[in-house]
Amino acid sequence: MSFAKINDDILRTLRAPGPAWYAGIALVMSFALVGLYAFLYQARTGLGVAGYQHPILWAVYITDFVFWVGIAHSGTLISAVLFQFRARWRTAVARAAEAMTVFAVMTAGLFPIIHLGRPWFFYWLIPYPNERQLWVNFRSPLVWDLFAITTYLTVSAMFLYLGLMPDIAAARDRVKDWRQPIYKALALGWRGTSRQWQHHTALYGFFAALATPLVISVHSVVSWDFAMAILPGWHSTIFAPYFVAGAIFSGVAMVITLLLPMRRIFKLESYITVHHFENLAKLMLTTSLIVGYAYMVEFFVAWYSGNVFEQGTFYDRMFGQYWGLSWTMFTCNVILPLLLFFKAFRTNLKALFVLSIFVNIGMWLERYVIIVSSLSHDFDPANWAGLYQPTWVEGAITLGSFGLFFTLFLLFIKNFPAVSITEMKETMDQPSEADPATSWPEPV
Amino acid sequence: MAETTEILGIFDGGAKAAAGARAILDDGLGEVVAYSPVPDHALDQALHVTISPVRLFVLIGGLLGCATGFIFPIYTVLDWPLITGGKPLISIPPFVVIAFELTILFGAIGGMASFLWMAGVPRLTGSPAPDDRFTNDKMGINVTCRPADADAVRTSLARCGAEEVKG
Repeated sequence: MSFAKINDDILRTLRAPGPAWYAGIALVMSFALVGLYAFLYQARTGLGVAGYQHPILWAVYITDFVFWVGIAHSGTLISAVLFQFRARWRTAVARAAEAMTVFAVMTAGLFPIIHLGRPWFFYWLIPYPNERQLWVNFRSPLVWDLFAITTYLTVSAMFLYLGLMPDIAAARDRVKDWRQPIYKALALGWRGTSRQWQHHTALYGFFAALATPLVISVHSVVSWDFAMAILPGWHSTIFAPYFVAGAIFSGVAMVITLLLPMRRIFKLESYITVHHFENLAKLMLTTSLIVGYAYMVEFFVAWYSGNVFEQGTFYDRMFGQYWGLSWTMFTCNVILPLLLFFKAFRTNLKALFVLSIFVNIGMWLERYVIIVSSLSHDFDPANWAGLYQPTWVEGAITLGSFGLFFTLFLLFIKNFPAVSITEMKETMDQPSEADPATSWPEPV
Repeated sequence: MAETTEILGIFDGGAKAAAGARAILDDGLGEVVAYSPVPDHALDQALHVTISPVRLFVLIGGLLGCATGFIFPIYTVLDWPLITGGKPLISIPPFVVIAFELTILFGAIGGMASFLWMAGVPRLTGSPAPDDRFTNDKMGINVTCRPADADAVRTSLARCGAEEVKG
């Protein structure tokens, strides 16, 4: 392995795509278009088409919002938190995870707008001097959300771009097709001088340091959208750490879901190895155990509180009309991941891929169960609603969000280096000093 | 301004390039700009690269963000006093969330802006680096020197292991 080989191997992924890529992007774009159609239909007809029924006035869209913000989190964990811990294995997977973060936050950010009755007034959430002579209520968790999500999107996008800049310069100097002027513009004239590297390295470290508390704060703020309300099932002090662990859990599962096919299609097996997936699996197991513990603590707190409403909500969650979803969630998020204790399972990539999809389903259901089952069972039995029935509009918009996310991801991996060229080179010895036989370091 | 010439040495490793840079600087033969595809500590030491001042701008941005995060919500509640939920107008705990997020946002923007400025980008015109291989697998030492010293520079670079010397 040499600098030149790394350069060639990774930039090879930018070559003209094959029929599989075109087929894939056609499929996911069609999903996105279905979602767009459903959103336009809803905007024209009214929010009533979403199937909201009193008192369940938050449902699938808010589930999607929390799900996508959660997916974003493992990207920052891998790119920033593991960077702080000098976990060298992150190098191979960090770029794809960072890109996933940005696209997931972009997707998530659409849902609070989709959820609005008059989505064209979403900018009323932004505090600026206006003709309505009103300021936003800074005591509202929804305004905190605005600040948390926009900060997260901005910082993640800058972090991704900062890491990409030298790699785009490598593409600019190597890829000789219609994209070269675009790479030239996006590389901003990167030259790779010592002075540039000095500032680049320093800032990358600071971004990692800033992103670490940010990632924890963002999902904490998202959890406070619920925990600040007095609704049984939501009003809990464990929500912030519980949501952060859940977010990382679902995000790692999504990283595995995305990387396994990407590695195979781009023939990156020598860069993204079984060892990397095993480490991701360990991360998934750890966060699964935290999530499982949080589930149990929730029940304990409800029992120990002596509060009949709290106890009623949790009893209803497991044995009421949402029992099927709750137990599926519990199976996908807590029971199935226990298989990861076995090395044979962690290193079986097909099994990991299947498990990662189950975890994605389980984590989506977790948010749905928390939101819908709690709302359907509040303080007043006269309010208790029947089983919530999502409509085709909610289904189509959810499908559309997956379509949008995968479209952005597929476009990214075909046009930008999906593995960091610079960081891969950094993990090996200098070209002239290295012994060719041993220059490729053992995974750490 | 005295007439100068540019000489480029191309190396296949950071240690050799660093030796080349050190030799030029120690002999006072000219000014050196080093290129490499990855950050290289040997080159940094040879060129006496110090700690980047972006840290200062991250700090300034962070402090500004924190101050904004408190001052702005306090200004808005005083500008249009509207008591909600029986809470005091100036409720510090919720404003901590805003201040926390803006600390990070402004710190990151401050760092990014200072990086762009100090790294001399964007630089949209002209050739970025004197050789395409500097983003691939080669290190470069570009020496700006007086024409009279050009031969000494070439010899020095070649002696330190330059694969190729141009100019």
